[in-house]
Amino acid sequence: MNQKTFGQALNEALAIALELDDTVFVAGEGVGISIHQDPNMPTQGLLQQFGPGRVKDTPVSEAAIAGLAVGASCMGLRPVVEIMFFPFITLASDMLINHAGKLRYMSGGKSSFPLTVRVKAGSGFGAGAQHSHNLEAWLAHCPGLKIVWPSTPQDAKGLLLSAIFDPDPVIVVEDMMLYRMPGDVPAGDIRTPLGKARLASAGTDCTIVAYGSALHTAMKAISPLAEQGICCEVIDLRSLVPLDKVCILESVRKTGRLVVVHESIRFCGFGAELAAMVAEEAFDSLKGPIRRVAAPKIPVPVAPTHEAVFKPGPQDVIQAVRETMGKRALS
Amino acid sequence: MTKDPISPEFRTYLYTCMVRIRKFEEKITALSQESERMRGMQILATGQEAVAAGITAALEPADVIISNHRSHGHLIARGADMKSLMAEIMAKETGVNGGKAGTLHLAIPEINALMTSTVVGAGPPMAVGAAFAQQYRHTGGITVVFFGDGAAAEGSVHEAMNLAGVWKLPVLFVCENNCWAGAQPHDVHCATQHIFKRAVGYDMPGKSVDGNDVEAVYRLAMELMEHCRSGKGPALMETMTYRMRGHGEQDHQHYVDPRELEMWAARCPIRCYGKQLLDEGILDEGRIRSIESDAETEVAASVAFADASPYPQPETALKDVFVQPPIA
Repeated sequence: MNQKTFGQALNEALAIALELDDTVFVAGEGVGISIHQDPNMPTQGLLQQFGPGRVKDTPVSEAAIAGLAVGASCMGLRPVVEIMFFPFITLASDMLINHAGKLRYMSGGKSSFPLTVRVKAGSGFGAGAQHSHNLEAWLAHCPGLKIVWPSTPQDAKGLLLSAIFDPDPVIVVEDMMLYRMPGDVPAGDIRTPLGKARLASAGTDCTIVAYGSALHTAMKAISPLAEQGICCEVIDLRSLVPLDKVCILESVRKTGRLVVVHESIRFCGFGAELAAMVAEEAFDSLKGPIRRVAAPKIPVPVAPTHEAVFKPGPQDVIQAVRETMGKRALS
Repeated sequence: MTKDPISPEFRTYLYTCMVRIRKFEEKITALSQESERMRGMQILATGQEAVAAGITAALEPADVIISNHRSHGHLIARGADMKSLMAEIMAKETGVNGGKAGTLHLAIPEINALMTSTVVGAGPPMAVGAAFAQQYRHTGGITVVFFGDGAAAEGSVHEAMNLAGVWKLPVLFVCENNCWAGAQPHDVHCATQHIFKRAVGYDMPGKSVDGNDVEAVYRLAMELMEHCRSGKGPALMETMTYRMRGHGEQDHQHYVDPRELEMWAARCPIRCYGKQLLDEGILDEGRIRSIESDAETEVAASVAFADASPYPQPETALKDVFVQPPIA
């Protein structure tokens, strides 16, 4: 095993894909020459390694970047484009939602869009609401788009490689707060299959489903809960679309309880879909109410004191698990 | 058929092409009155046939077109099979897209009609992607994207032209200026009288042409496509034409001065070109009648084919979302 940071793992995936397949190219704002000279940035060094024919700096032009990906993928290339911050996907959304997601269907299966959009996401770095806004539920609602969200360096590499070589449009959400996180990353062309969740920790009393940074928040909660005699099973979702329903349902049928954790807004958030799915398909197994741990419906704040209100922490997860277990809050 | 210099045979082709498009769309106008047979929004390019015929005649087989909600003419001129096209417009199983496109989202990649989009202004950024693929693979092909003067107000059109200009992509932006955007005339929706003037902002050649003169359209298309093929980058072509039907067949143009319609009807690209070819002895009355009657026969056969075709099976509604469907 190699020790790599999450950002380096993404970088390795991009380099492998560019090496493996001439139809892969990388484009976006500053993916070649970046204002950041940081080995943890996913596109660092790719321009030097593969040249400006394969690694394309674009204008500040999200609709054109996404259009580039849609048109080029329809012609048989495998574009990997970057949207610098998740809220900016609103500027690219017509191309992704109305075109990449729909034109295959409307063509009766004649057109394909094997494109990958890397989106930098997350909150907690004091940038405020126009640079931090997780919109995965918005995209997941739209047919034709696949969405993955790695939480470990290994999956960052494996999911990105799977996304690039998937025949459909895939959004890869990269939690920027994880870029510097180290981990074991197997060398070479490793693939994490889309639509397969990962058992992050086995347990018997309550299922916790999370993804991205929220997975680590959930993991911080399980030791204190174990000390209280509550043994949680944690599922790292990895892929929101396609969704590994089997893994979630099997776990909930075993534990009888579900807590969903994500950093996005609770209202109409992705957790609502998970809660509804479990209520529809495993209601008889439930021994307690489903709980969602998520953000309030406010723009992402800047002040650290406000950000703490926005971003769920381990204590919120502990509280939710205790509630679903029928236990009172710890004072 | 010699395309350049323009031979009698090629001129007959241009005329025939326009007649086939006109007869096809006239049939759609008629069928639109029967909601049982023709559902959905039918948005026609009647009056704009010279653009479709003239531009596509200048294309090479490997070139790609991207169209919009007024796509029928572009597709017929590019070589679409009229039967499967009509079947698709009538949302039948035998349509080019299995009944999933209808009139508005026709995609026929087998004739290099890559995509259509009814989100006006969405074609140009996708054309940038297609042209990038041609440049990346050194295919020598170019991409032509058709958009309206109304669509030219969308920011995506500007973004696409800028990126194409920066990367010197082989894309010809064709603005069909048909004087209207919905119910708004050009001077109400556009700050400049001519869209082609924007080309200077993206360092590309931009020219305007009488969009009802099929040979003029063809000649300018050849000139600007040569620029695109030479590696010098994109070009912008504005064809000045007119939308004889409304924004859709449900739009009866209450906001249009009837004298304006009469004036443009007198400038009908088919009638004018037919007269020219008669005057020059290229065609005679008999040949013109036979071209029209052949087109009517072809259109009637396409309607019969579509009428006889079933609607798609309900279960196919769930197919074609993904190449590799979700496992869950």
